[in-house]
Amino acid sequence: MLPITTIWWREIIRFYRQRSRLFSAIAQPLIFWILIGTGLSASFQPAGTSDETGYIAYFYPGIVVLVLLFTSIFATISVVNDRREGFLQSILVAPVPRWQIVLAQALGGTTLALLQGLLLLLLSPMVGIRFGATSLLLSIGVMTLLAFGLTNLGLLIAWRMESTQGFHAIMNLLLIPIWLLSGAFFPSTGVPGWLAWVMKFNPLTYGLAAFRHSLYLDTTTKAFGEGAPWALSMLITGLFCVLTYVGATLTASAQAN
Amino acid sequence: MENRLEVENLSHAYPERRALDNVSFSVSCGEIFGLLGPNGSGKTTLFKILSTLIRITSGTVHILGYNLATEEKIIRDFLGVVFQHPGLDGKLTVVENLRHHGHLYGLSGKVLHHRISELLECFGVADRAKERVEILSGGLKRRVEIAKALLHAPRVLLLDEPTSGLDITARQQLNDYLGVLAQTEDILVLMTTHLSEDAETCDRVGIFDTGRLVALGEPDKLKAEVGGDVILIECTDSDTLGTTITEQFGVSTVLTGEGLRLEHEGGHEFVRDVVAAFPDEIQSVRLGKPTLADVFMKLTGNPFVEGKEN
Repeated sequence: MLPITTIWWREIIRFYRQRSRLFSAIAQPLIFWILIGTGLSASFQPAGTSDETGYIAYFYPGIVVLVLLFTSIFATISVVNDRREGFLQSILVAPVPRWQIVLAQALGGTTLALLQGLLLLLLSPMVGIRFGATSLLLSIGVMTLLAFGLTNLGLLIAWRMESTQGFHAIMNLLLIPIWLLSGAFFPSTGVPGWLAWVMKFNPLTYGLAAFRHSLYLDTTTKAFGEGAPWALSMLITGLFCVLTYVGATLTASAQAN
Repeated sequence: MENRLEVENLSHAYPERRALDNVSFSVSCGEIFGLLGPNGSGKTTLFKILSTLIRITSGTVHILGYNLATEEKIIRDFLGVVFQHPGLDGKLTVVENLRHHGHLYGLSGKVLHHRISELLECFGVADRAKERVEILSGGLKRRVEIAKALLHAPRVLLLDEPTSGLDITARQQLNDYLGVLAQTEDILVLMTTHLSEDAETCDRVGIFDTGRLVALGEPDKLKAEVGGDVILIECTDSDTLGTTITEQFGVSTVLTGEGLRLEHEGGHEFVRDVVAAFPDEIQSVRLGKPTLADVFMKLTGNPFVEGKEN
């Protein structure tokens, strides 16, 4: 356990000591939310949503997921830097199995993402979104799963990358589309058939659906039209976590040098 | 076998080139062994294999009796490694870096605390313990780095270009310290270097060229094989002068980037004669005792290019 906690702890300390990272990770989604959310809610009504819910209520879980996505995946950039600098090499020659190293890194990113996600969740009453204790607990659970899976997705890529530029390029190519096509921005109702299929195969679609279910429980979800059922969403999100973790561990073991 | 590092017929190939070609040597505890060679000589590949970063594909390595191919996990426990690239986190303080490392090796609590204080004291960085590593000078960082590698009391210490980025004083200090360490703690120290002066402070040296081990032995004995003094002549027309000197004095000369190079017993007398014979052609003459760079040159026919780092 000691190696896991120490690698995890270091990820947290590093984040805390790089104030720019802390600031940008919170500011970026907030700005995005305020500008786009308020601007679009006046003129844009997603198909299948009723007037009462409004676009803010629809967009809100998407923003939380965006925060999770950015924080957890960009936390894995430290792997690329550590590799280049030699910090990672000294971890690799220590008597610590690769699965523990990856688990610790994944938990580090998960913690950071979760803390920021929670921060945003606590701000929700300010825009008129209300939920009870059950919703909060369920939401935290789903957010943890999502953050863990996304961090592992980042690790899966970061362990192969030699430079942070390359990492950014791949991430921008991958991140924005999986987020945009997860139902965070618009539901799959009414989009062209092929796009609906892409959304169906996007694991984040289910993560977002699970999160929306947890946050609004039964009441408001129905107002957002169809979407994956709760059980299926949870199952696929859980599978996503397991598969990305196994993938990241295998990648780390293969890329030892 | 038990307190030795044994490398037997070790070869390693990357998809594009052969990095190690049938290398065999052994090192004992208490000994400092230097791997000397220019870039691309294979010493870094060898270092990575010994530090468990690259898997062995051909040949065998035993470290303190354990087989590197199958008992990697046990070996990692008693291996201390200092990489060329800094292995410290600049955002963490000196103590935090060491604590992190100790935890990786299962050390904790009072034992770890005690060990950290001891090493910081020993390396003269105790007063900087609470400072972030990013603000330390290169020399201090390197000291913290070595303290870190020694934290778990390794029996084998591997260092990749440990003196790179250090000034002459710091280099001297480091080499002296490694000497003391090897003897008092009975640690096996193996370091790579591309500087022949560093290699000369080692007990024994293996000289590498294009993946092959071309020489192995004590620095003094290797240098004794060069045969006399090394003379370097700068002149206007090196080709012609080289041929003429060979004809007239019966010594072979080699043309290098620095000038005409040759080896001769009793160099001072030879210099007197050669300058008297070609007063107009010769611009300058340098006479010196052979270095390990000269050994490299004699064995490979190529000049040993120093000062370049990976």
